[in-house]
Amino acid sequence: MAKKIKFKIDGKVIKAEEGRNLVTVAEENGIFIPSLCYYEHIDPPLGSCRVCTCNIDGHAGPACMEKVRDGMEVEVAKPELEDVRKSLVEMMFAEGNHFCPSCEKSGDCDLQHMGYEMGITNTRFPHLFKDRLIDFNPKRMVIEHNRCVKCRRCVEEVLTKDGKQVFSFCSRGNETVVGIDYDMEAQLTEDEAVEAMNLCPTGAILVRGKSIARPFGDRKFDYESVQKPKAEAKPKKNGKPAKLEKKTIATISLAGCFGCHMSLLDIDLGLLDIIELVDFNKSPLTDIKEFTKTCDIGLIEGGCCNTENIEVLREFRKKCKVLVAIGECSIWGGLPAMRNMVPLEECLEEAYLDSMTTETGESIVPYHEDLPKILDKVYPCNEIVKIDHFIPGCPPTATHMWKQVQNILWGDQFSILYSEFKYD
Amino acid sequence: MKSKKSDNHLDRTALLDQLWMYQNQYGCIRDQDVEECSQKLGISKIELEGVISFYHFFHRERTGHHTIYLNNSIVSETKGFQRVKEAFERETGQRFGEQDPSGEFALFETPCIGLSDQEPAALINFYPFTNLNSLKVRRIITDLRKGVHPKAICDEVPDHVNYTPPKDKTIFFREYHPGVAVSKLVDITPEQLIEEVKRSKLGGRGGAFFPTGMKWEFCRKEKENPKYIVCNADEGEPGTFKDRVLMSEMPGLMLEGMITAAYAVGAQEGIVYLRAEYTWLLEKINNVIEHFRRMNLLGKNICGIENFDFDIRVQLGAGAYVCGEETALLNSLEGKRGEPRTKLYFPTQRGYLNKPTIVNNVETFCAAARIIELGTDFYLQTGTPDSPGTKLLSISGDCFKPGIYEIEWGTSVAKVLELCEAEDPFFIQVSGPSGECISMSEKNRKISKDDLKCGGSFMVFHSDRDIIHILTNFAEFFKHESCGICTPCRAGNYIIKRKLVKLSTGLAYKRDIAEIAEWGKIMKMTSRCGLGKLATNSLLLAIDKFPKYFKKKLDKKGEGLNKNFDEEKAVMAYEKFRS
Repeated sequence: MAKKIKFKIDGKVIKAEEGRNLVTVAEENGIFIPSLCYYEHIDPPLGSCRVCTCNIDGHAGPACMEKVRDGMEVEVAKPELEDVRKSLVEMMFAEGNHFCPSCEKSGDCDLQHMGYEMGITNTRFPHLFKDRLIDFNPKRMVIEHNRCVKCRRCVEEVLTKDGKQVFSFCSRGNETVVGIDYDMEAQLTEDEAVEAMNLCPTGAILVRGKSIARPFGDRKFDYESVQKPKAEAKPKKNGKPAKLEKKTIATISLAGCFGCHMSLLDIDLGLLDIIELVDFNKSPLTDIKEFTKTCDIGLIEGGCCNTENIEVLREFRKKCKVLVAIGECSIWGGLPAMRNMVPLEECLEEAYLDSMTTETGESIVPYHEDLPKILDKVYPCNEIVKIDHFIPGCPPTATHMWKQVQNILWGDQFSILYSEFKYD
Repeated sequence: MKSKKSDNHLDRTALLDQLWMYQNQYGCIRDQDVEECSQKLGISKIELEGVISFYHFFHRERTGHHTIYLNNSIVSETKGFQRVKEAFERETGQRFGEQDPSGEFALFETPCIGLSDQEPAALINFYPFTNLNSLKVRRIITDLRKGVHPKAICDEVPDHVNYTPPKDKTIFFREYHPGVAVSKLVDITPEQLIEEVKRSKLGGRGGAFFPTGMKWEFCRKEKENPKYIVCNADEGEPGTFKDRVLMSEMPGLMLEGMITAAYAVGAQEGIVYLRAEYTWLLEKINNVIEHFRRMNLLGKNICGIENFDFDIRVQLGAGAYVCGEETALLNSLEGKRGEPRTKLYFPTQRGYLNKPTIVNNVETFCAAARIIELGTDFYLQTGTPDSPGTKLLSISGDCFKPGIYEIEWGTSVAKVLELCEAEDPFFIQVSGPSGECISMSEKNRKISKDDLKCGGSFMVFHSDRDIIHILTNFAEFFKHESCGICTPCRAGNYIIKRKLVKLSTGLAYKRDIAEIAEWGKIMKMTSRCGLGKLATNSLLLAIDKFPKYFKKKLDKKGEGLNKNFDEEKAVMAYEKFRS
């Protein structure tokens, strides 16, 4: 029987058995320390993702590498530390090519879940859009290198019966990938393969025929946060101010699918209230094509894939006091950015010259002075102009968007529920 | 070298040697070699591929009959790297990094090869060729085509020991007689020996300056056996070549340091982890080891001390900067990927094969041997009270006398610059890319433990050199050399490199500089080992120390529109379809 000890997390005294893992003990005591590579029965822990960085006795270090001991003082909730942990998850989003809406693991993905828990709206880092392979060679599995965060769980845990590694890190530096051994993979049973898929914190390991996603609502991270809900900020009850100043809104869909605009309408009857409070200026909702005055807020859906998008976006910057990027496409490129890993020439040739439906001998790629020019890749809006706020989601939920708009326009207090905050 | 194989079993610790055998014999590691090797080790092929792909001197695709590694470090760049690179391509008809169908020549770039005092330099089949220029390249390639062996035409590498203090203060580069240090062990107990090393305040000369005596004491106290002595001769920090010169001038001194350590902690086996860039020194070191065995300085009952058995072998690395980190080095010795370990245990507790292990730098072992030979009191006369003794600096860059300088601790930067006849010094990089940069306003700082720590590299740049260019070279280096395990280092270095490229276009904003600073701090705080923690050190310092320079690099206008978005460049690809 291990010795009972006392130690402190953010000043709170916690009793535990000596030598247990800090992340687990914290979790049992209702303190959430974000972690990705940490997986309970891998011992010693891997310490590869660094997302659990905390202050331990005054020094920054990963919590997963710490065993609790008497008198130890841990800081978790400090704003600087929260920001650092957030930045590490953002770094993973920026490093990989994570298209949540098209991912089988969406809703069951630990990386995405960390994003929700930390409230990441956009990554501070530029997305790298490194061209990566998808390995279809294994008999049972598909390895999606775009989604791998190199946590090393599979390298340590997935072994054949005679103890040989199925996965291994290959290369080094920013070229590091997790390689799979085809022969060893073939030796795994179906169950073991599925286990490997579930072990993967993201959707990098898939098993053919087994990876059909569960429907929305049934997935692991759809509704519940693992953190204690923070007290919901209550809207001020001291009577609505007699009359709110009426504001003007402009909206636009650039390289997007109009899904975010559709989602805007999802507020249903709430629309009637909103119409009284705001005027719509230039917007597809009103079909007003030109700005007639300076607007208080501009909502931008979609990123920039051609010169027309850029021109419109720059006009919005000039005519709107505040710009809000709504949806993944405007924040970092989103689904249209799937082409960012492929040279433009190849994309266009595939679409116009070599596709299944083009006639043989086709030699024209549309180009005319009246047509907008296509950019080499899809750019997020904040690479073209300054964006003041970001609302993530594909699409964001209507309530999230309107709550935030109200906050920006009239300073209303608001809190976004876990279930309203979505990447897909 | 350790005995390699019985017929169907291979010891994992002999893996690197085995892979070198394939690489040297076939110019690459072929599929059948991977198959054979993985079976002998009883591991999966992918695990082996993981090891092979970690080291950049191992190739899965055929290299050439002559494999040329040209150094692309910053000093090489300032001395004409680009012209030499072009010359190699012109003369061989090959491109760097591409495969030669004829199999005659293969060209690769490689980070610092420890010849910074004679750049540009290259290794051809691991023989050194220094002070290259277009004409020399032409001559070399012509000779090689004629069938001359590179060994016959490679350069004799001069040691360039340019300065030593007065004789009564010189520690390293004084006369050396093999066996003198070890013979002193007869009269003292291991405890006394450790006490002496502690009294000398010797700190680890790899750059971390951990007290050597303490390290040895920790290891001595461990109950576990056997114990190992590992000499870190993986001198990878760009601009450093002091260990090369020590091993070239007096490899025996290094071995004596290891023997001393073995006596102190009670170890039986020693390993020198020699970086592959110094393959040309291997024969020399092995000869000295052989000589030592004959002199009974290695082997059984050394110098007649009963039960003091110790032997040394050399393990060749295979090209990975991060293996200079001690735990990564241990992994590499065990035939694994050279990834740093987590810091749950010190190597003195669980090191090589999980046994107590001392890992020290070449210079540290040499200093330890000298302390025993000359006496601690002699050693304490030199230097400052806190950092006694002397320090070896490898000086390179814009100075007239690049080379090795044995200076007393406490010497000022100005004095060092004067000694090496620096030419209009402006930006000085101390301890290599992961060290710190200093400006001329700090020229009175003293090189010592409590002021300006220096691991050995001392690169001088004059005022015409572009700071961003220097820093970008460093960022590229770290991006390439990160082991890839932890997120902040793997992704962070990549991201920082992109930011620097943006800065170099002169289109960055103040905000970009602030971001570099913030992101650098994140990497420093969260990386797993020193590589990531220190990768942005110089960058952050440079921003602080050269504010005028960075101000010039900024675009001042903002207006909410991102002016540096280059629309013309973005539509260039599409313009090709204009009929």
